[in-house]
Amino acid sequence: MRIPIETFHLDNGLLVTLSEDHTAPIAAVNLWYHVGSANEKAGKTGFAHLFEHMLFQGSAHVKSNEHFELIQRAGGTLNGSTWLERTNYFETVPSNELALALWLEADRMGDLLPAMTQEKLDNQRDVVKNERRWAVDNQPYGTMLEKMQELVFPPSHPFQHSLIGSMEDLSSASLADVAQFFATYYTPDNAVLSIAGDFDSAEARRVVSEYFGPIPRGRGKPPLPLMTLPPAFGSPLREVVHDNVSLPRLFMAFRSPVFGSDEYYAASVASAVLGMRKGSRLHRSLVRERQVAADAGAFTFDLAKGTDILVADVTARPETSPARLEEEVEREIDLIHREGVVDEEVNRAIALIETDLVASLQSAGERADRLSMFATYFGKPELINEQVDRYRVVTKRKVNALISERFGRDNRASLVYVPREGVESESVLAAAAGTG
Amino acid sequence: MVTALRPKSGQPRSYHFPEFHDETLPSGIRLVTATVTKLPVVTVLVVVDAGSTNDPPGKEGIAALTAGTILEGTERLDGAELTERFELLGTSIESGADWDSSFVKITTLSDRMEEATQLLGEVISNPVFPEREVERLKAERLAEILQLETEPRGLADEKFSEFLYQQDSRYSKPDEGSMESVSALSRKDVQEFFGTRYRAGATSVIVVGDISTENARALINRAFQNWLPGAAPDQPLVAKARSTRKSVHVVDKPDAPQSELRVGHVGLPRKHPDFFPALVMNAVLGGLFGSRINLNLREEHGYTYGASSFYDWRRGPGPFVVSTAVQSEVTAPALREIFSEIERIRVEKISEEELSLARDYLDGVFPIRYETTGAIASALATLVIYDLPEDYYDSYRKNIRGVSVDTVLGAAKSHLHPDELQTVVVGDARVIRDSVADLKVGDVHVHTP
Repeated sequence: MRIPIETFHLDNGLLVTLSEDHTAPIAAVNLWYHVGSANEKAGKTGFAHLFEHMLFQGSAHVKSNEHFELIQRAGGTLNGSTWLERTNYFETVPSNELALALWLEADRMGDLLPAMTQEKLDNQRDVVKNERRWAVDNQPYGTMLEKMQELVFPPSHPFQHSLIGSMEDLSSASLADVAQFFATYYTPDNAVLSIAGDFDSAEARRVVSEYFGPIPRGRGKPPLPLMTLPPAFGSPLREVVHDNVSLPRLFMAFRSPVFGSDEYYAASVASAVLGMRKGSRLHRSLVRERQVAADAGAFTFDLAKGTDILVADVTARPETSPARLEEEVEREIDLIHREGVVDEEVNRAIALIETDLVASLQSAGERADRLSMFATYFGKPELINEQVDRYRVVTKRKVNALISERFGRDNRASLVYVPREGVESESVLAAAAGTG
Repeated sequence: MVTALRPKSGQPRSYHFPEFHDETLPSGIRLVTATVTKLPVVTVLVVVDAGSTNDPPGKEGIAALTAGTILEGTERLDGAELTERFELLGTSIESGADWDSSFVKITTLSDRMEEATQLLGEVISNPVFPEREVERLKAERLAEILQLETEPRGLADEKFSEFLYQQDSRYSKPDEGSMESVSALSRKDVQEFFGTRYRAGATSVIVVGDISTENARALINRAFQNWLPGAAPDQPLVAKARSTRKSVHVVDKPDAPQSELRVGHVGLPRKHPDFFPALVMNAVLGGLFGSRINLNLREEHGYTYGASSFYDWRRGPGPFVVSTAVQSEVTAPALREIFSEIERIRVEKISEEELSLARDYLDGVFPIRYETTGAIASALATLVIYDLPEDYYDSYRKNIRGVSVDTVLGAAKSHLHPDELQTVVVGDARVIRDSVADLKVGDVHVHTP
């Protein structure tokens, strides 16, 4: 299965990818800016994400919140998101409204600053602080991402600091920071625009050139410091977090090959063998057979620079102590590290991944987002069509080589959440344990 | 510079909800099929009239436990083997129960569809419900209940239902059961529930994707042979409000940085004649980013990351609720704004601009909702579960466009009841209690979770 792809550059450096599909009158617009929390300076944590919020506060020809209103009025859906390496903005609209979505994106890429005010910045700072309270501070295990970044990356590594940011740093963000960040990173030569769905390519090229063509090229962005890290931590890392949670939960991380490399696909399959769905090792062994865990999974961060991180995520049953949880997970990892995997496990993982890949491409928004991703990280949107093949060539031998290199004791970082005393009452525990 | 000239809308291309075929198979099972050939993917969704509202009193959680344990083994294969068979085919099987039905679902590449469907039929025709797996899934549910004590969003939802409905209403208790009810469930309960409700006449199989109706029919006829005939018994539902007087329930979470707020009352059943006006009214009030409640609480005041209102549509009258999380210090002012927005939409007509935003959004977004086989299958399940007319999706957009400023006002007047609003706050009682009491939105009761 292949989706059609056309790629071109505007003179200002904007990389554009188009993928036509006329099965429904829907078009998706997706912009990736190659900037994320990794690009933040010291003392400015959370700024990339706060800036994403500001992009919905209007631009030269668009009033505050009007971007949302115009798209929803057109019958479209939209949002944005910020990650360590990138920030994306996306709309899915009825195809006769494609020009509107493109124009709105062009207006804020070309001319954001006239709309920026202190009042809007103050308001969005409050909104983001509430987002932090909601998603991080007042949510069990909500600090996982920032604690994990701190644990697995060395100090001053661009991936080491919090994505959502500290309250102090959010408080100190200024309009001058907004202007500088915009000028440095929100430039056509630092972005990829993808369009997927029901449109005519020639017409789309014309509209994209008209709207985005006049935006001047940027003056370059400061290079990221060296991000390469050795393949292993060197010795086991461990942090215990006493938190307002009900059940112990262990996130065990491994440094793993960067997203997009051949070894990445072996790591991704290893991650699926370990923790994708209920037939995976961790689920079968710890949840089903030994019944020490309530839930188990594994995932990769999919970082394209420096090193990726693979994480096993296991939540204890109420009667399982944190120490026991760690022992049990260590034992499983030791086992897979010592003995490797069998063919059936690799086949299961690849079959599941393949179905997910194909099913996800049903949505125009997903197509556009993946085109942007491959174009942003590798300059090659056509990699979207090679994913199934790259997984299919992963063999047991490659997975075992990856596991042997990466799952050893010298490459494990354990982040252990432990219920704070007083969180569990004895009667509740007894009730739960009595029926287990 | 980018042109100041805003583009005009192009000529819209027509769109039809995928054509579907609806029939009753010789076994008595209903089969709904829609052929969608965009990608080589098929979703098979089995829907059984066996929702949580069918849990017998004292056995709350049995529908969910039955749906979970159904995947845990047949006479031929145990749960681990079944899981592995499905996953080697690249599909994973999911099951669960909601208020009005239970479901089992697979999504598979079309070339593996035949094997996967055969296996699916085997799983739900001959489950053996091993004792060990029943007990394991109970223990996992108990772990989930424990998790809720430290998870403010889920806790707020659950407490809201508890304070909203009369104690003898199934809706007042968690859909998957409480610590007490789940602890008492047994394998025998599961077998009984399955035998009573998983009947051919209560079962619909929905097949959507890259497959013809003929092939789907042949596959389903073969895979679902062994079903008990007959329908599931009707069961009356109690869904009365616990109180028609305003009250406030604070679930104390000392030092919580935010208050989770739920404000609402008993809403409307899914098949209500005012469904469309109520849907549009809610979109204006709190159903969109640009709705009154979100613009007020988030964009104007910065109290929250987001605020919304919704009807939880069920066969019976589910909750109507405004839901948000605000910084603890602004709990009382945020509640004041919520109450005032609910009041305002009942007394003044909304503007034509507000109406058109909500209406054009709901009308325009329609095709975007049905891009995937999974989404189309869910939409068809909605028809089945709520017994909606066959042309429901074909007339949906016309019905949305037919809503006016006056019918919105009518819906707000008839169906919003400010005097009956129940408020649940999961937050730090010490910080918020007095200021919330001063609002006079009902007596304040403080609870420990």
